[in-house]
Amino acid sequence: MSAITRDEVAHLARLSRLALADEELDHFAAQLDVIIGAVARVAEVAADDIPPSSHALPLTNVYRPDEARPGLTPEQALSGAPAVEDDRFRVPRILGEEA
Amino acid sequence: MSLIHKSAAELGALVARGEVSAVEVAQAHLDRIAAVEPKVNAFLHVDAETTLAQARRVDERRAAGEELGPLAGVPIAHKDVFTTVDMPTTAGSKILEGWRPPYDATVTRRLREAGLVILGKTNLDEFAMGSSTENSAYGPTRNPWDLSRIPGGSSGGSSAAVAAYQAPLSTGTDTGGSIRQPAAVTGIVGMKPTYGGSSRYGLIAFASSLDTPGPFARDVMDAALLHEAFSGHDALDSTSIDAPVPSVVEAARQGDVAGLRIGVVKEFGGEGYQAGVLARFHETVELLETLGAKVVEVSCPSFTTALPAYYLIAPSECSSNLARFDAMRYGLRVGDDGTRSAEEVMALTRAAGFGPEVKRRIILGTYALSSGYYDAYYGQAQKVRTLIARDFQAAFQQVDVLISPTTPTTAFPIGERADDPMAMYLADLCTIPSNLAGNAAISVPCGLADEDGLPVGLQIMAPVLGDDRCYRVGAAVERALADRWGGGLLAKAPAL
Repeated sequence: MSAITRDEVAHLARLSRLALADEELDHFAAQLDVIIGAVARVAEVAADDIPPSSHALPLTNVYRPDEARPGLTPEQALSGAPAVEDDRFRVPRILGEEA
Repeated sequence: MSLIHKSAAELGALVARGEVSAVEVAQAHLDRIAAVEPKVNAFLHVDAETTLAQARRVDERRAAGEELGPLAGVPIAHKDVFTTVDMPTTAGSKILEGWRPPYDATVTRRLREAGLVILGKTNLDEFAMGSSTENSAYGPTRNPWDLSRIPGGSSGGSSAAVAAYQAPLSTGTDTGGSIRQPAAVTGIVGMKPTYGGSSRYGLIAFASSLDTPGPFARDVMDAALLHEAFSGHDALDSTSIDAPVPSVVEAARQGDVAGLRIGVVKEFGGEGYQAGVLARFHETVELLETLGAKVVEVSCPSFTTALPAYYLIAPSECSSNLARFDAMRYGLRVGDDGTRSAEEVMALTRAAGFGPEVKRRIILGTYALSSGYYDAYYGQAQKVRTLIARDFQAAFQQVDVLISPTTPTTAFPIGERADDPMAMYLADLCTIPSNLAGNAAISVPCGLADEDGLPVGLQIMAPVLGDDRCYRVGAAVERALADRWGGGLLAKAPAL
């Protein structure tokens, strides 16, 4: 039995906002099946009494005083934008036309 | 000896004494880059004018009587994953082709403050995901020892540039071995500092809980000097450690292992390891004993599940981090013809702008974080992470440092593993545990494999904030081997 199906990979690609071609989906589905089969070995690790670590070091939240500091100018912030209008990022339509 | 063959420490001293100018040193390296770059392809961007302007400023600061550090006037190759205001920053991806960042990374800023002269930006696996630099959207870098082979990755441009004498120093980032593995396969020194010891601010994120900037150099002292130059607390990185930088330069100077307890990791070696790698490793173990170290075998049973845990944790973090490439604020935008929605443009842009390995990891990470799979994959991987940290803690009760080969094999041929992701992932088998636990680890050259005459690396792992121990042991090995060989390993490399 395969660890992941082509349909699942297509669904994950949609969630990830990746418009993949059919050949790419075929290719990735086969490779991901092998990879997921291999990484599933983490399940062998004895379970319940081991706390998970999200991070290597025991860090707690770090705060700084809430004071205004200089930031990027609008010109700097927009310097890499694909499209700009009136000192703002210009983006394609967000909502469907019928919405 | 020509300028390009000198160490960074020597170049810094020559410039400080006024025997040679920073401009002359920079020009010598630019000439070397022009001569060998068509063969090596270590750089994504070189701009002689910007480089020489930086060098002139160092000479002016010196002339004005300013007190400058030991690396002032020394050239450096900078991995193209750190932002630089005066050079494009691409992370090896088409999605950022030509992007000019509006701010410098903290590492970049500290290089400039130390008077280092940035020669250009080096090639890498796209978004630092890979072990060969073949995943760069701009073509592979070649190993100066054998141009048909990989220079390691992801920091393969940085390792190749230093091994090819294009630069005495370079920067890298290490998420699963991306400094140590390229250093090992190109016969140079590469250090992954303790996580949080060097700033991630302005480093394009791959896996934020693992990414660690570090130095490459041709010898241990040079690596220590660079380590010290860009490390230390940074208020702009919330995971930066607010503690003094370990005294790595002093440790490199000391280079003494008498009385030190050294543990050989039992789980690393045997099947899957190249005979020539193991032979050089075992010789180095004997060498350490003759130098007065007490060597014992140490078992770290969880290290065998580090690789699968890493290939869940790193893709999970990457799938979240790379969501910022949305075609809206910077970088590539594809298909915005006035009829398509923002979501359609986003999906088309990401499909066109990301390469196959990045897409694979985004999908894998999205899968591992999905409800229904989260506990079985990401949750379990986080438990493995706890077990690995515990293995390290137990080991460092018994010994001062742990050692292993840095990589299971020497540099493999370009193309050999390109379409077999699992085979590629094995290159990081020995390096990953230190990323998951956040401790310090270095790779230093320990000889050439008999089968192929290619470099082998020794990995030295030390506790969190024990970075100085890596340099101390590394320098001792380097000195003893230089006595045996009558010079450094790179002297054995074929001329380019």
